[in-house]
Amino acid sequence: MTDTEEITAPILPDGIVVIVKRECETCQTVVPVLEQLAGGVELHVYSQDDPEFPASPASIPDSDLAISWFHDIETVPTVIRVADGVEVERTVGWSRDAWESITRLDALGPDLPAMRPGCGSMSVDPDLVDELRVRFGRTSLASRRIEVAAAEDEMELMFNRGWTDGLPVVPPTEQRVMAMLEGTSRASTETVAVVPPDLAEVTVEKVAIAAVMAGCRPEYLPWVLTAVEAACTEEFNMHGLLATTMPVGPVIVCSGPGTRAIGMNSGGNALGQGNRANLTIGRALQLVVRNFGGGVPGDIDRATHGSPAKISFCFAEADDTSPYGRLAAEHGIEDGVDAITVFAGEAPQGFVDQLSRTPESLATSLAMRLRAVQHPKLIMMFDTVLVMGPEHARVFADAGWGRERIVEGIMAHLSQPGSELVRGANGVAEGVPEAWADAESLPKFRPCGLMLTYAGGGAGLFSQIVAGWVNGEKGSAPVTRAVSY
Amino acid sequence: MSSVLDPTSERHIVERERLARPSSLEGMTVGLLDISKPRGDVFLNRIEERLVGIGAEVKRYVKPTFAKPAPVDLRHKIATECQVVIEALAD
Repeated sequence: MTDTEEITAPILPDGIVVIVKRECETCQTVVPVLEQLAGGVELHVYSQDDPEFPASPASIPDSDLAISWFHDIETVPTVIRVADGVEVERTVGWSRDAWESITRLDALGPDLPAMRPGCGSMSVDPDLVDELRVRFGRTSLASRRIEVAAAEDEMELMFNRGWTDGLPVVPPTEQRVMAMLEGTSRASTETVAVVPPDLAEVTVEKVAIAAVMAGCRPEYLPWVLTAVEAACTEEFNMHGLLATTMPVGPVIVCSGPGTRAIGMNSGGNALGQGNRANLTIGRALQLVVRNFGGGVPGDIDRATHGSPAKISFCFAEADDTSPYGRLAAEHGIEDGVDAITVFAGEAPQGFVDQLSRTPESLATSLAMRLRAVQHPKLIMMFDTVLVMGPEHARVFADAGWGRERIVEGIMAHLSQPGSELVRGANGVAEGVPEAWADAESLPKFRPCGLMLTYAGGGAGLFSQIVAGWVNGEKGSAPVTRAVSY
Repeated sequence: MSSVLDPTSERHIVERERLARPSSLEGMTVGLLDISKPRGDVFLNRIEERLVGIGAEVKRYVKPTFAKPAPVDLRHKIATECQVVIEALAD
C-alpha cells in the first residue's frame, strides 16, 4: 500500500464533456442527443456506473469516480465545455436551450421535452462519500498508520497502547478522520498549539484524531481546536495543571449560538452525563493532552486523587436566556460570537439554598458557602466559577441585580480579619502567613476571581461551585477565545 | 489490513520495545519454564543449581505440553513473579 502515492486531479479533454450514469433516467433519455453531439462536436462521455452505457456513442468509464470527484459533479447528466484543459462553462440536467447554447448546435433532442431534471451524481452519494474522501484525499493525512493485526480487536488495540482515558475510544480510521476534518475549513497541516508536557506542535489533523477517538461529530471540531489553543497558552499553564497534586483539570465553558446549533446542553443535567457534544468536546481536549502532549497519570500527572471531572468537563451557558449575560463577554467577546473559556477547575460542588427570596439573603448565603472554597482560612490564591441555576438567578433578576451587582453583593460578605485566617488561628495550622495577622479585612477572592456563569435546569434552587487551581504567576489564569471555524 | 491513525506526537517507535537486559542475575528471580519434553527437567535442575550458585533466586514452572503455547494464566504468573525467564527448547 503506497500511502504516499500522488493522487492528482485528472484533466478534462477539450471539447464537450458529458458525465452520465445508466441508473439515471434522464441520462437514458438524452442518449439520442449524445448521438447528435457525437456528429457535431469533439465529444467525450464519461459513465459513472456502467462502461457499456451508453451503447452509442462509446463512453469512457469513470469507475473510480476520479473525474466526477475532482470536477465537483453533483448531478448527472452534467455537460461541460472545455477549452485548453480548462472548464469554460457547464450545465446540469437536460435543458434544450442550455445544451444548444453550450454546444453551439441547434435542434437537439427534437423528441424530448424542453427540460428534464437530472439525478444525483454517484460522487455525492452519502454511502460512497466517506470512501471517496479517503481514496482521493489520502495524501493529505500525515500521521503514521498503525496496522490492526488480523486477529486483533481494534478496541483492545487502543487500550493496549495506552491511548484511552480508561474508557473505550473510537478507533481513528482514515475515513473517520477525513470525515472529522470536514468540520473545519482550516488545513489539516496547520499547527494549532504547542502541547505540554512534551511541547510538540499539534496539527489540526492530530486534534481531529483525538476528536474522533473522543466520539465527536465533525461540527464539534472547531470547538475542540479552540479549546486546545486556549488550554496550551502560557497563561493557562496546562503543564502546571498536570504536575500539580490538586485534582484539577481544564474546564471548558462554551457560549454563543453555535452551542445551540451543535446541540450542547445548557439546561437540565448540563454538568452531567448524556449529552454528546458536552462530553466529547471535553474529552477530546483531555485526549490531546494525554496522547499527544504526554500528560499521563502516574507520570507527569501527579494528582493525589484526581476526579471524574478529569475525564471531561465541558458545558454550555444558556447565554440566550441569561439574565446577566455570559462569562465570555467579560473578556471582550462581542454578542453573537461563539466563544469558549477554559478554566483550571475541580469537579463541581453543590450549593443549596431553597429559602432565600431576596437578593441580599441569597448573596449572603452564597458568601457563607464560598468562604469554604478549598479552605475557609485560605484566600486570594484560588479563583472560582459559579454555575448559577436559573431559579437562583431569578431571585437576583427579579430584584434588578445585574452581573456586577451580584458579584459585589456576594463579595461584600466574603472578607475576614487576618486574625481569623492566620496560621494557627482557631486551633488550625493551615491559614495565611503571620504577616497578615493584623489586616482588618481580607477578601476571599482577588478582583475578578469570582466568575458567574448561567446554566442548569428550570427546577431546583441550587447552584454549583467550580473551585479553581492556584492562580497568579505560578498557577493558571482563565483564557477566553472566540471559536475559529 | 485495516489501520488506525497514530494519535501521539510520534516520538516513540511503534513496535513494543524489549526491556533492557540486566547486567547481572544476582538477586534476580529467574523463572525456568519446562516445556515437558522428556528429561527437560534434568537439564533444568542443573541450570537451577548453577543459577543459585551465582546468587539468583529460581522459580520452576511447567507447561502442559510442548505442542501448544503456554496457557495465558501460566504466562501471567511467570510475568508477575519473575524478572527473567529461561525457556528450555532442547530435545
